[in-house]
Amino acid sequence: MSEFLVFDHVTKRFGALTAVNDVSLTVNRGEFFSLLGPSGCGKTTLLRMLGGFERPDSGRIYLEGRDITDLPPNQRRIHTVFQNYALFPTMTVWDNIAFSLKLAKKQKGEIEERVEEILEMIQLSDQAWKYPSQLSGGQKQRVAIARALVDRPQVLLLDEPLAALDLKLRQHMLLELDTIHDQVGITFLYVTHDQGEAMSLSDRIAVINKGTVEQLDGPAKIYEAPASRFVASFIGDTNFFSGEISAVEGDYCYLAVDGFPQIKAFNDKSLKVGQKVDLSVRPEKIRVTLAPPLPEKGASINVFPSKVKDIVYQGVYTKYWLESSNLRIAALKPHSRFLLDQEPITWNDDVFVWWHPDDGYMVEVQ
Amino acid sequence: MTENPLRSRKAEWLVTLPSFLWLALFFAIPALIVLAFTFHAHTTNGGVGEWSLSTWRELVDPDYPAIVWNTFRISFEVTFWCIVLALPCAYAIARMNKKWRAIVAGSIMLPFWTSFVVRVFAWKTMLHPDGWLQSCYITWLELREWLFDWLPAVAQRVLVWAGLASAGPVDPATSTILDSDTAVVLVSVYSFLPFAIMPIYTAAEKFDFALLEAARDLGAKSFYAFRKIFVPGIRQGIVSAILMVFIPAIGSYVIPQMLGGTDCVLIGNKIFMRAIQNRNIPHASALATLMAVSVLVPLAVAMWWKSRQDARDRKRVETRAARMTEGGAR
Repeated sequence: MSEFLVFDHVTKRFGALTAVNDVSLTVNRGEFFSLLGPSGCGKTTLLRMLGGFERPDSGRIYLEGRDITDLPPNQRRIHTVFQNYALFPTMTVWDNIAFSLKLAKKQKGEIEERVEEILEMIQLSDQAWKYPSQLSGGQKQRVAIARALVDRPQVLLLDEPLAALDLKLRQHMLLELDTIHDQVGITFLYVTHDQGEAMSLSDRIAVINKGTVEQLDGPAKIYEAPASRFVASFIGDTNFFSGEISAVEGDYCYLAVDGFPQIKAFNDKSLKVGQKVDLSVRPEKIRVTLAPPLPEKGASINVFPSKVKDIVYQGVYTKYWLESSNLRIAALKPHSRFLLDQEPITWNDDVFVWWHPDDGYMVEVQ
Repeated sequence: MTENPLRSRKAEWLVTLPSFLWLALFFAIPALIVLAFTFHAHTTNGGVGEWSLSTWRELVDPDYPAIVWNTFRISFEVTFWCIVLALPCAYAIARMNKKWRAIVAGSIMLPFWTSFVVRVFAWKTMLHPDGWLQSCYITWLELREWLFDWLPAVAQRVLVWAGLASAGPVDPATSTILDSDTAVVLVSVYSFLPFAIMPIYTAAEKFDFALLEAARDLGAKSFYAFRKIFVPGIRQGIVSAILMVFIPAIGSYVIPQMLGGTDCVLIGNKIFMRAIQNRNIPHASALATLMAVSVLVPLAVAMWWKSRQDARDRKRVETRAARMTEGGAR
């Protein structure tokens, strides 16, 4: 089977700014694919080129083996859910949804059947004769999705579709989007700057920074094994330890960090002594205790004395800001009876931070 | 603490009173005076005589129906062309960046710095029978004649009857733009175009152009999106533009006076003639009243029809929605 959707060395410049720089990526049929990156990274430009609203300066875009780079938007079977929904204010919900079917010159009976079917799917059958201005944000969102899906496009583009909704509604719509994707089986291309949205929905994520793809992987891989310092810091929180490899011992190596004792880490990249590296350790992998871990454990793991600088209660967990030598370290601790077998930690306590060498991940080898 | 409804009522009256007074003083009372004049006879020295219905009897002039028809026909033509030209103009301006928008919108208003009469007079020179606009006009007439010959006989007769075409061949000697309906339409469109562009532009500026992108995305061609999304989206602006052009066009008399020659006499010219040359104020008032009524009555009918249509639409939507919820509950 040939590849479904391909960006082949696509570049787009706006004046002096290179919005998309030589991007090549492949999206599979039926996949929920996310483009994730900070605002201005070029993810929306990629989406607009796919929709036909921008033309790349160089490179081609293929859909099911067909070159669609120069096709106008109305000749692509690719529909977009816009950030502000862009529902037609002069038309009812029903007419908004039927718009693409009428353009495709479908039979009246078929149009009615399809519209009513999708209205049922988004559970807005009783709102069909209202105008967009009479709907709530979540309802508008659902209508926008239904309008784009009703004539079964090859690809559905979603441009930050949840950005305008409040947190509770956003979480609800996330589930709903996932259900809709499962129901229709159409390829979804989702653009967002919210890593949480991308992580919870996507089959694969392309992390984009300054117009290039930094990493293309499944959500877990991107979180656990970030390909660059940018990816590690953009997806979730992390602690960086920058230093030089001082010793290699079997599968593990030791990292010398300025003013800090040696850190043991899993040497999955087979680094040599003397190479410089950034080690990323996620806060939730770090334990904080008043007493040091048992000696038999302490031999094989990283244990460092530290001082509590700040404590932030965040409901699900508590975040500790700690200081060891000159480094600030963030650590998370969930609230669980099993972890309350120690004295409570307060400000300025001298504590121990410890983590397993396998929980550090080395990024950006220089 | 609850607001005293009577007091707030009183406050509302106080705030609206000045505009009521203004309207009464400068609109309602003068209009009623004009109406009252029509029920008076005129005196030979140009004054208003005693109460009488003679003015209304005099109004049965065999010339008037043709003049009224001509006035309406020309006003419709002018309005049509103004809207057709203003739509793409307003669209283009609204899509420009802020700097260019200000420059272009400013230059549309620029002609107003020159006197209206002077501008119309300038057209008199431009439309001179030896000028290049005249030769363009002859070409246009010949093209029109050629197209006319292609039409079926019934359509030809209808067009001739409506005064929109002439049956005879083009004679360059007698077909001058100057002193014809065409000159009146042309210069009226020129004069009133800014009044059409401005309200449409104001509406277009507020229009969300992402909607056109959405329409294109869903498979619409550019022009389809323009017709089905842009035009309905700025409906209000188009309605004001129609009123802004049609009303002055109905009452215009300077342009037909200076460029229309003897053939093109509109109701505005007649009113002017009766009031200034014949010094028959009651007769001029009667014509003015007739004109106002002939505009207001169709407008009222249109509004009544629209509200009835809306009510019917709402009813249909409600029954349909009710039926669908019933279906859902089943």
